[in-house]
Amino acid sequence: MEKEQFYYDNKIVKMFLWATILWGIVGMLVGLLVALLFVFPGLLEFAGADNAISWLSFGRLRPLHTNAVIFAFVGNGIFLGIYYSTQRLLKARMFNDVLSRIHFWGWQAIIVAAAITLPLGYTSSKEYAELEWPIDIAVVLIWVVFGINLIGTILKRRQRHIYVAIWFYIATLITIAVLYIFNNLEMPITAFKSYSVYSGVQDALVQWWYGHNAVAFFLTTPVLGLMYYFVPKVANRPVYSYRLSIIHFWTLIFLYIWAGPHHLLYTALPEWAQNLGTVFSIMLIFPSWGGMINGLLTLRGAWDKVRENPVLKFFVVAITGYGMATFEGPMLSFKNLNAIGHYTDWIVGHVHIGALAWNGFMVAGIVYWLAEKLWKTPLYSKKLANTHFWLGTLGILFYAIPLYVAGFMQAFMWKQFNPDGTLVYGNFLETVTQVLPMYAMRAIGGSLYLTGFVLLAINVIKTAKAGSPVEDELAEAAPLKKISGKRVAGEGLHTWLERKVVLFTVLTTVAILIGGLVEIVPLILVKSNVPTIASVKPYTPLELEGRDIYIREGCNNCHSQMIRPFRSEVERYGEYSKAGEFVYDFPFLWGSRRTGPDVHRVGGKYNNNWHFNHMSDPRSTSPGSIMPRYSWLIQNDLNASNIEDKMEGLVKLGVPYSAEEIAGAKDQLLAQAKGIEESLRQDPEFVKIMAQVTFKIKKLLL
Amino acid sequence: MLKFIKHNLEGIDGVEIYPIISLLLFFTVFITMLVFVFKLPKRSIDEISQLPLDNDTNIKEITHE
Repeated sequence: MEKEQFYYDNKIVKMFLWATILWGIVGMLVGLLVALLFVFPGLLEFAGADNAISWLSFGRLRPLHTNAVIFAFVGNGIFLGIYYSTQRLLKARMFNDVLSRIHFWGWQAIIVAAAITLPLGYTSSKEYAELEWPIDIAVVLIWVVFGINLIGTILKRRQRHIYVAIWFYIATLITIAVLYIFNNLEMPITAFKSYSVYSGVQDALVQWWYGHNAVAFFLTTPVLGLMYYFVPKVANRPVYSYRLSIIHFWTLIFLYIWAGPHHLLYTALPEWAQNLGTVFSIMLIFPSWGGMINGLLTLRGAWDKVRENPVLKFFVVAITGYGMATFEGPMLSFKNLNAIGHYTDWIVGHVHIGALAWNGFMVAGIVYWLAEKLWKTPLYSKKLANTHFWLGTLGILFYAIPLYVAGFMQAFMWKQFNPDGTLVYGNFLETVTQVLPMYAMRAIGGSLYLTGFVLLAINVIKTAKAGSPVEDELAEAAPLKKISGKRVAGEGLHTWLERKVVLFTVLTTVAILIGGLVEIVPLILVKSNVPTIASVKPYTPLELEGRDIYIREGCNNCHSQMIRPFRSEVERYGEYSKAGEFVYDFPFLWGSRRTGPDVHRVGGKYNNNWHFNHMSDPRSTSPGSIMPRYSWLIQNDLNASNIEDKMEGLVKLGVPYSAEEIAGAKDQLLAQAKGIEESLRQDPEFVKIMAQVTFKIKKLLL
Repeated sequence: MLKFIKHNLEGIDGVEIYPIISLLLFFTVFITMLVFVFKLPKRSIDEISQLPLDNDTNIKEITHE
């Protein structure tokens, strides 16, 4: 059959490559900044200690770091790899150049929008889904553009069988769309404020179904796809076992989706859902390690190349990191280990093995390799790439090991009792100050890693300058002959499936939907899953405004509102949390990390003057605290003018506010605020402080 | 007090069916897959594994810059 000639689009690959490098540096830099805030809480108070800058506080920068690294750095990294490998594996140019460009520029615009809105406090508070609803819609639109482009390319392919890498891309496309839409269902109140349509336990389950699978289908499956293309390509030998890759793919996508509840062990989530999460998480080790083994053994007989080729070095450490992180994941899903690890820095160490080793090093290896391919010249400096490799590897170790130590220290200090039954570290702060040296070491690890990545940037810029301009490569391949849609003689069933792309996509969708449906549908439909508690009432207007400030400032990044039913936690924080207490929590604010103590039952524990001082300067009430100062909460006016809209929105979601309550919301808000103000003004301590205060005190704008 | 977190499971009508469904699903999916995978002909596997290694035929190139 006559061959057709066509050009591979290299320009779009180059664009994603530069974006990956740029956002990699930005994301890691923000990460380093927030890491330094643990050691120097006042680091970013450029306008003086009494005028802390709201958009530079930890609670607002931490989501910026996580979003930048996940969606900007790794996101552009996977698009870079997908646009390069898809064209070659399917022997076709991308479906439509305009769609490719819309995808690229749309994605960058979303990143910029996130980088602006998150520090300004526009957040939904749900981890890795913090962006507010207009940006969510933009993400979905751009994802659809990417989807049309990818599916279109698959449909006009000149290669009959779609290779395993493409399966992983398809799974990514479908699953992220499903997860993202369902977790971001929100009731818009204003242009940049919305409430999750789920509350409490249900919101928590949907969020961690999303959160866990964002790790699975944004940070794992696309990168596995890249592994299945680039590792054989660079090592110049086929994948170790294609059979194993089939088993790897189907088991992984089927099992992953069930595992979300392991983020909620010992919480108020119904036990059956917790147990499902545990069982499936433990099973996940098999496909994960199957994939790791398949990746590493692809290098069988080529280990000599690893010594010489920095790209393969990056890949080996990346795949090893994948193996470590996916061993740890199931281990952390055992309830007894989870009781230790949850809320501690162990989790932070664990995710950074995934992010720095698996994602960061896969992307780095691909970038180095593609730099040579795109600019048709040897890498500017192999030595520099090797230096990056060693700095990065050391950085990973310096990052993770101190945090593992810190995690265990925290867990054991939180649980340690005196013989008389009191807590050894009754003051939570003692458990924070003890681990500060670990935080310092973590920051050093992060600096090493970032330095290595800057070397990559220099190396690639130099390579691009020395090389020839980026060109679209001309290739030729025969178009697909029409053959029977049925299996032909001697064709295995899966081989047949690999050319029936639509059926393949449908089966993938079915595989990922089963787990989600079994977990989420009963919890949302069956009322008895959340036993109601008669004394739990909807929030008052002032409480609602306070809750929105809590969300805006990202307090949930460091404080949990979920007391687990352990003796140590009940002793420290009070009665453990129950599902029924959260029915009016749109969204839930359980948190996932305790840099500071749990605050579920902290209301009423301290007097108003304590809170006033603590917000103004945490170190005045708690010496050695690493909490940021929130001077703007005291100095800026509170605009509560849309409180009625907020309450009406919540009524639509099922909160029983009466029409009178909404109509009188502002009066009620003012009355409750006045009550607090009066109690403050009667406190002699407060009067003494206010006599020295020079700044203006905020007003309520109604 | 433990009633708030224990026994939520029993509150669901016909809850016994869930573990059975899960088990059946699990086995059907995995056993079928394993059978199919091991029945795959060796020749087609070798062919497909070579896909990433196919060298792209570059005849000429168009420049952007």
